[in-house]
Amino acid sequence: MASETSMAPDSAAVPVRAAPPGERGWRALTLAPALVVFIGLTLLPMLNLLALSFHDVAWAERTATWSFVGLAHFRALPGDSLFRAGIVNTLVFAIVAVLLQMVLGFGLALLTSAVVRGKVVYRTIFLLPILIPGIVIGAIWKLMYSFDFGVINTITGLFGFGPQDWLGQGHLALASVIVVDVWHWTPFCFLLLLAGLESLPQDAYEAAAIDGANGWQRLVHITLPLMIPTLVVTFVFRMILAFKVFDEIYLLTGGGPGTATEVISFSIYRRFFTEDRAGYGSAMSIVTFFGIALLIILITSFLRRRETGR
Amino acid sequence: MSRSAGSSRAALVLRHLLLVLAAIIVLFPFLWIGAAAFKTQISLLMGQILFQPVLMNFEAVLTARSSDYVRNFANSLTVGLLSTALVLVVATLAAYSLNRMRWPRWVGHSMLGWAVVFHMVPPITLAGAWYSMFRPLGLDNSYLGLVLAHTTLNLPMALWMMSVFVNDVPEELLEAARIDGARTPRILWSVIVPLVAPGLAAAGVLAFIFSWNEFAVALTLTQRETATVPVAIGKYAQENTIAYTEMAAAAMLSIVPAVVLLLVAQRFIVRGLTNGAVK
Repeated sequence: MASETSMAPDSAAVPVRAAPPGERGWRALTLAPALVVFIGLTLLPMLNLLALSFHDVAWAERTATWSFVGLAHFRALPGDSLFRAGIVNTLVFAIVAVLLQMVLGFGLALLTSAVVRGKVVYRTIFLLPILIPGIVIGAIWKLMYSFDFGVINTITGLFGFGPQDWLGQGHLALASVIVVDVWHWTPFCFLLLLAGLESLPQDAYEAAAIDGANGWQRLVHITLPLMIPTLVVTFVFRMILAFKVFDEIYLLTGGGPGTATEVISFSIYRRFFTEDRAGYGSAMSIVTFFGIALLIILITSFLRRRETGR
Repeated sequence: MSRSAGSSRAALVLRHLLLVLAAIIVLFPFLWIGAAAFKTQISLLMGQILFQPVLMNFEAVLTARSSDYVRNFANSLTVGLLSTALVLVVATLAAYSLNRMRWPRWVGHSMLGWAVVFHMVPPITLAGAWYSMFRPLGLDNSYLGLVLAHTTLNLPMALWMMSVFVNDVPEELLEAARIDGARTPRILWSVIVPLVAPGLAAAGVLAFIFSWNEFAVALTLTQRETATVPVAIGKYAQENTIAYTEMAAAAMLSIVPAVVLLLVAQRFIVRGLTNGAVK
């Protein structure tokens, strides 16, 4: 409680009020629900998950029997080909898809920011893919990719290419899934980057116009440097979501053929739920949880440093 | 902007051409799947472009005895509305408490920090944790379990967003209310809530959409009676002979809420999604 009183000089700019008795009770009461959720539904389950990862679990009705296995699950992880494929594919998927989305989304945002008429219409249309369930997007594209009747083969056929089994061939499946993700999430990059472009200060552009800078020079020397913070945030937001990919994969390929589109969330789902290996699945979840948290913190701090270094 | 009128007009036309092309690419899958939903299986397999539209797929999805789709729809609505209401209450209270009630700084930092980390990791890592915690409690396969899970998943986003809005409330207003003798509940209800209403709308619309769309956790925490719409659509693809046209009809029906919200609440959706990315 000592730290509470020491806070007072900190906020001396605001006229300090003496907290009436009872206010402190309200302070705790208003924070309590969020604390309950955080502790009860994230911290405790995570600790439970950690404990599970050192055990084998057998379910009988609603009671679980745990038997201690030590570090066996963690030792088995590096040799698990499914897990390894999941990591590699998730990284390839996230990097390729997000870079494509950033480029396309920025291009669309630049195009849209300069038009006046129809801006709202374009934005409404581009928002649509962000809002619908990932599983539905999987369903839509699964039908479009279909070998027998899919429209993708109809379209490529118009250009003289033979029909392909887009999702069933090892060398095409991951690329096909990436195409779906680019379609799904480019609008998100577009939306964030458009909002960034619209909040840029106009005076720099006026000065550049007086100096006779052409469109390309304005883009490279004014827009890009000013947009770097927004670009970084958009990139990080998208990477976070890309690491979570599950729904589309579940419906489009189920990780196949073989492990061609196996992603990390799907590996966990398989081990934990399909194979009912809660202990091993928990070890996988723990490693993934900390791995991804660490990776994103590293990416963010690296980009931040680059940004402030300029 | 000071280019000659002729070249800028040509540039504008080119811009619109590219944007229309992008719009077609975005809309085409919806049109194609929409058409498939009104086709017979044979018509779809034959790749007919001109076809006699039929309603049998929608009838099968909505009225067939073997279909749970109406139930799934009701389940999704129930879980979406309850978890949205819950997350808004919890997040607004916490945002007020953390930002306006002089907690030591580490309290706010550790809560927001944990929220950020938690928001980064795939929900499936928690799905397993929730499942093994809920099952002994009998909360697997219950609305309550899924409502709590979706509330938890949306809390970081809502807490973040409500903090921004609560911080924008002028201190003078709170001070005036306190001088008038208002206590915390009254300040919250009569001062904070009206002023952060746009934030509540933005966070609420997004929380509902995210809950409606959420698949991985719903898949692991529900069974037939409690399954939500995404789980139902996932099931279509798992059957041996996929009823493609019915799957298309179910998919079309599932995007109705998103389209309605996009048309009536686009302002809030844009505000919510861009919140935090642009200062």
